[in-house]
Amino acid sequence: MTRLLSILTIVIAIIVIWYAGAARMNAQWEYDQAERADKTVTFMEILPNTMAQERPILPAPHQVAEELWKTTVEKKVTSKRSLLYHTWITFNATFLGFIFGAGLGILLAVGIVHNRAMDMSVMPWVIASQTIPVLALAPMMIVVLNALNMEGVVAKAMISTYLSFFAVVVGMVKGLRSPDAMQLDLMRTYNASGWQAFWRLRLPSSLPFLFPSLKIAAAASLIGAVVAEMTLSQDGGLGARLLNGSYYGQTMMIWAALIGASVLAGVLVAAVGLTGQITLKRMGFTR
Amino acid sequence: MTGTFGIAAIFAVWGIGWFINTRIAKARGKGLGLIAAIIFGLTLLLMWELAVIALEVSRVLLPPPSAIAARFATSTDILWADFLQTFKGVVMGYMLGCGAAFLTAIAIDRSDFLKAGLLPIGNLVAALPIVGIAPIMVMWYGFDWHSKAAVVIVMCFFPMLVNTVEGLQAADKMQKDLMRTYAASYWQSLLKLRLPAAGPFIFNGLKICSTLALIGAIVAEFFGTPIVGMGFRISTEVGRMNVDMVWAEITVAAIAGSAFYGLVALIERRATFWHPSQR
Repeated sequence: MTRLLSILTIVIAIIVIWYAGAARMNAQWEYDQAERADKTVTFMEILPNTMAQERPILPAPHQVAEELWKTTVEKKVTSKRSLLYHTWITFNATFLGFIFGAGLGILLAVGIVHNRAMDMSVMPWVIASQTIPVLALAPMMIVVLNALNMEGVVAKAMISTYLSFFAVVVGMVKGLRSPDAMQLDLMRTYNASGWQAFWRLRLPSSLPFLFPSLKIAAAASLIGAVVAEMTLSQDGGLGARLLNGSYYGQTMMIWAALIGASVLAGVLVAAVGLTGQITLKRMGFTR
Repeated sequence: MTGTFGIAAIFAVWGIGWFINTRIAKARGKGLGLIAAIIFGLTLLLMWELAVIALEVSRVLLPPPSAIAARFATSTDILWADFLQTFKGVVMGYMLGCGAAFLTAIAIDRSDFLKAGLLPIGNLVAALPIVGIAPIMVMWYGFDWHSKAAVVIVMCFFPMLVNTVEGLQAADKMQKDLMRTYAASYWQSLLKLRLPAAGPFIFNGLKICSTLALIGAIVAEFFGTPIVGMGFRISTEVGRMNVDMVWAEITVAAIAGSAFYGLVALIERRATFWHPSQR
């Protein structure tokens, strides 16, 4: 209860700061307008106006909410001006990238755990691959993948894959190595083959490590998709909305797209988390 | 004919590299891990080179590593200027963002109420695609490095905050009790016990932020820069089909990113030498 209350306090504080910021940043424009009309105005007089500008520097929360309502509920889902339409496009790329990334990550982790040569040679490069700002690669990768006649969604998913596989590799390697020597010895006394030990011991005991990694991977995958869409903007998507908003000075559009992306991130992470909870519960990890 | 021959050569290179590495993996000794990693990297580069030649891949799509190296060598002055421009934003944003988060963490650490509220929100924000604020920041703070620093500040703030707050709780109850029996003041126990105990967490946050900072600055440059900067160069040279220049820029980014991360890791090793993970 206190937890909820304190979260609420912080959220309210953020909204208050947001309103104050909107008033401050948008006031300049109102002053300029008044000066042009040869009027002097006080701050209190222009305060209501700062909340209702057409193209504010920082739109007030209720303006963003209004824009969200307009672009989600009042527009048809199939319309190109609907935020849901663009969110769906982004979701497709994100989901595909997430599946690729999780699959690649798990395969690499299995290889790394079972093969010492692979552990020594591949693992350092997996880590190094993440210090390369892959988002910088995005524009070029998309050009290349387009030239190879790949569908736009696959090209975007590639970027997502690159961003998301790392978390899965690290978590999964940790998880596959988590059974202790005693448990591995027990498998040996059962005369279990390597495969049997893998399927019956290593894989199940890696799941508590896998799911938190998958959460990170889902969030990373979304970031990849959004940035990829900034380059491949003709297909639409939340990233394209961000880009268009910044070209045409439509700040409300940018903020609405940002909120859309945030909600999508929240839903994805929550969905992975829930799947994890249910799976782990049915496997008897939590009690 | 060259195609089949080339593909055979690729497999041969792979086989040789793999053979050496399995040998190394069987031997045990210091520094062998590094050698294995280097051999693996060289194998990949060689295979890339051979594949481009054998399959006659257009240079516009994927230049061979040798072409990238040549381009790198001939245009070091441009690369250096771009690097400086981008790193101004990265370093300023990184220091301000991490510093602000650190101070905020210490400030809210005294209030359980704020901590309980801020942690879930911080965790949520850490999962959001914050790079999306890049166009807004460019709109607010103009094209120069200030807007890039602003993006970096926001990107670094929450991961650092969450890690520091968690770190400040890392000291044992026993240890805190000991400080109390010494009649240590709040500041004494903070400086002598809790901050050192938080070290591994703080450095974890710093390491995460070091990669985020570079990403943030480069992406922010896609939305507008003066005519210099790594993100600017990448997006314009892609448009001009100078893909080797883009790869040279990416090499710079990779080196800079690894060096930045390595520097933080090195400081971590010095500062938290007592922690089990460093031994």
